[in-house]
Amino acid sequence: MVIGLSHYLVVAAMLFTLGAFGIFINRKNVIVILMSIELILLSVNINLVAFSTHLGDMTGQVFALLVLTVAAAEAAIGLAILVVYFRNRGTIAVEDINVMKG
Amino acid sequence: MNTVISPVPALGPALPEIVLAIASLGLVLLGAIRGDGAKRLIDWIAILALVVAGFILLEGQGRVSTFNDAFVVDGFARAMKTLTIIGSIAAILMSSRFLTELKIARFEYTVLILLSTIGMMMMCSANELISLYLGVELQSLALYVVAAIHRDDAKSSEAGLKYFVLGALSSGMLLYGMSLVYGFTGSVTFPTIAKAVTGGHGSGVMIGLVFIVAGLAFKMSVVPFHMWTPDVYEGAPTPVAAFFATAPKMAAVAMTTRILIDAFLPIVKDWQPIIAFAAIASMVLGAFAAIAQSNIKRLMAYSSIGNMGYALVGLAAGTVQGVEGVVIFMTTYLAMTLGVFAVILAMQTGGKRVETVADLAGASRTSPALAFVMAALMFSLIGIPPLAGFFGKFYVFAAAIEAKLFVLAVIGIVASVVSAFYYLRLVKVMYFDAPAPAFQVAPLEIRGVMYAAAAFVIVFAVIANPIRTMAAAAAKSLF
Repeated sequence: MVIGLSHYLVVAAMLFTLGAFGIFINRKNVIVILMSIELILLSVNINLVAFSTHLGDMTGQVFALLVLTVAAAEAAIGLAILVVYFRNRGTIAVEDINVMKG
Repeated sequence: MNTVISPVPALGPALPEIVLAIASLGLVLLGAIRGDGAKRLIDWIAILALVVAGFILLEGQGRVSTFNDAFVVDGFARAMKTLTIIGSIAAILMSSRFLTELKIARFEYTVLILLSTIGMMMMCSANELISLYLGVELQSLALYVVAAIHRDDAKSSEAGLKYFVLGALSSGMLLYGMSLVYGFTGSVTFPTIAKAVTGGHGSGVMIGLVFIVAGLAFKMSVVPFHMWTPDVYEGAPTPVAAFFATAPKMAAVAMTTRILIDAFLPIVKDWQPIIAFAAIASMVLGAFAAIAQSNIKRLMAYSSIGNMGYALVGLAAGTVQGVEGVVIFMTTYLAMTLGVFAVILAMQTGGKRVETVADLAGASRTSPALAFVMAALMFSLIGIPPLAGFFGKFYVFAAAIEAKLFVLAVIGIVASVVSAFYYLRLVKVMYFDAPAPAFQVAPLEIRGVMYAAAAFVIVFAVIANPIRTMAAAAAKSLF
């Protein structure tokens, strides 16, 4: 079997769905949400690199490198905010994030 | 294989951003050396840098682009960047006293505002998906931290956490959509995408477009991706909420307009229903959900959701008139929102900050000037002529009717009437209820923003023509 573009796209779509569900269904821990966000960004990278090789165009790979960099910065800021939150509340359970209700 | 060394790109068009970037780096150094004691000085240098950037920006003429057409400055970018800069200056100006009172007057606040402003200006100018994404992230990463700037407060850190999680999710959706659009059109630059989608496109582009619009809707706080707005506005310190309600909204609307018009105008029939749905849902939710709010900051959050709906009405038209309406509407929205938040910042009794509707009771007797300003802003937000809010709504609805979007215009006007209820309730509380404890005299800069906003709103009818001419020129530069 030849692994083609569609296989990569399906894997990326599955990873993206996992990430999205990880954010919405997860009721336990904010760290899991951070991992889900990484999953989403990685699925985007698979997409970009797969398209890039398929099209024979380097732009997608450049884009993927930039996404990696931004993802690192995003994780750092997310963890920093999480630490601040934990110091105030003493918990990082998702169901406890309810001081304000929308 | 011979290597091609590309020449240094022209930096002129990006000069305002470069000035701001250098200023923010210099201010980090200054802050690190002098400590938080230099906050005052840093504030003024930052404001000066923003003013200089604004003047450099308005010096330019016509459409210029650089970095391989990734970064473009045209009339539309100039108009929206000017509004963004005004919002940022007001955010720095109004914050200094407030942050000192909360003992969170750190110099990082100002630097982060500057950095997010650079991101927003990138968003206004981005002409391809990569520079758009980098602008969005520069803005968002700074804003996540600004939302949690009051780090010893449970509410502020919760606001930061919520904003971070939902913002990161929206960036992910935006990015996923971008990857699909890149894959199925073979390009990341807007003009090439527009050429690729002309005359038919596959479902891949359509799915990508939906994901991109969803990500943009998050950044604009448009229904169904609005749920972070009230919590973040309530939890974040008031000057931060004022900033969130103004400058990032300008940039988000600008980038949405540019990507939809520049890249996807050939398939306007495909995205028009999505934008129309988001506009209707936002206007209706903004009108009904604000009725039950007692906290003015929360009320303003729902009001801003509704107002973003009106802006989308103009965008849904997808015409020059529509974009012109969007620019005029965002101008009036900026003035009105800054004014209302200045009033909220002026609400202080006996050294305590108050922010509920009941605290405004009888303000017409205890502080008549504040009550008059607030009443003028409320009437303007309802859209009563000849105040500024009327013109903003008039031009977006006129564009919608010209584009034969009658349902959209009718629902918009009905929502506008419903929202009059809670705006008028504030006026009634101020003018007819028994007085609550009087407010202290507000600091000079707060009063300045308050009176400037009120003056703009009241004399808008006189200056409507030149503003309309500018907005028309800005809109034309996109098509």
